[in-house]
Amino acid sequence: MPSLKDVKMKIVGVGKTKQITKAMNMVASAKLRGAQARIERFRPYAAKYRQVIGELASKAEGMSHSLLAAHENKKNCAIIMITSDRGLCGGFNANIINRAMKLAEEKKAEGMDVSFICVGRKGRDAAKKSGFKLDLGYGDRMGSLDFALASTVGKEAIHCYVNGDYDEVWLVYGEFVSMAQQPPACLQLMPLKAPKSEEPAREGPGSEYIYEPDEAKLLSDLLPRYINVQVYRALLDTSASEHAARMAAMDNATRNCNDMIQTLTLLYNKTRQASITSELIDIVGGAEALNG
Amino acid sequence: MSTLKLEVVTPDKTVVSEDVEMVICPGSEGEFGVLPQHISLLSALKIGPLRYRRDGKDECIFISGGFADVNNNKCSVLAESAERDCDIDQARAEEARKRAEKRLAEHTDDLDEARAEAALRRAIMRLEIARKAI
Repeated sequence: MPSLKDVKMKIVGVGKTKQITKAMNMVASAKLRGAQARIERFRPYAAKYRQVIGELASKAEGMSHSLLAAHENKKNCAIIMITSDRGLCGGFNANIINRAMKLAEEKKAEGMDVSFICVGRKGRDAAKKSGFKLDLGYGDRMGSLDFALASTVGKEAIHCYVNGDYDEVWLVYGEFVSMAQQPPACLQLMPLKAPKSEEPAREGPGSEYIYEPDEAKLLSDLLPRYINVQVYRALLDTSASEHAARMAAMDNATRNCNDMIQTLTLLYNKTRQASITSELIDIVGGAEALNG
Repeated sequence: MSTLKLEVVTPDKTVVSEDVEMVICPGSEGEFGVLPQHISLLSALKIGPLRYRRDGKDECIFISGGFADVNNNKCSVLAESAERDCDIDQARAEEARKRAEKRLAEHTDDLDEARAEAALRRAIMRLEIARKAI
């Protein structure tokens, strides 16, 4: 049986851990609110882009663009993996990394060389260890992400794709479905599949569009931006998912701490009772020896 | 007076969403004005001032390129960044201008000239717009 003091120390220790996990839970929930608000604010921008690109692409059908065209000889594949910088968020990063590695193995089986572009420290470290090539790694940027980061990553990938260094580019990130669900998502970024325009062709006087400059130029101006938009969306999603995952993980940890404290308190009481009992037996035994 | 709806959206927020009487956009092929009941138009925009008139008052916004979609009496402008003239941080723009000029002047090997020039244009345009506002 452990000594009374040991158990007491343990209870105090677990109590302190509980304070930390509880605080982390609250911090994560505050940050999640911020991240969700950002996604909300970004939504109109992304939606408009999707709509305009869809319309343009359907109007400019048959027109080839270097970002839409698939390369014939597929030799190199890049995977943009977006993870968080910090751990303590359950299996969140591990899930994304596993998904990316699975994709990498698939592409390798197809005979392509795979290289990684990583945003987030966790993913970068995993990619370094994986044995695949790591072309670019951005660490410690998830806390202060902005559109500039998305366009840096996007530009680099577009540059390599147009030059023929990459023949396929994939994006793996943590999709934010709900508070309880953040599954890893996988998206082919290039060759780009133009989104279908959701609205039916406009009718009436609005259907005659003036394009300035012409459709082809506009499309080649907007497509790279659209890729940046997609990267930014993935960054925002991953950041929100990270906080949601951390909230859930820390909530669990706090609950586990409570359970532990309960069992330990029980043990403490039992130990105390046992020592009192044994002392009593001693006293009674001593008294009886004197009387006898 | 008839109006049209103007929306200026950036990745981080909606900067303007108002009913206005006229918009003047810095199109890539030159400035163009949009009045109510304008024909549908999609145009690329360059770095420059986006001006509009609301209740007879002229307002000015800096935008760093993007595109404008005019349809159904609504003008949506999507820009990577957009700031009202009174919100421009002049000190920061001045700093950015100096930095870009220095980079262009030094001309190191790893210089991304197009990017540095774009940064310079943005900074100069911000300063111009900000000074007009005072």
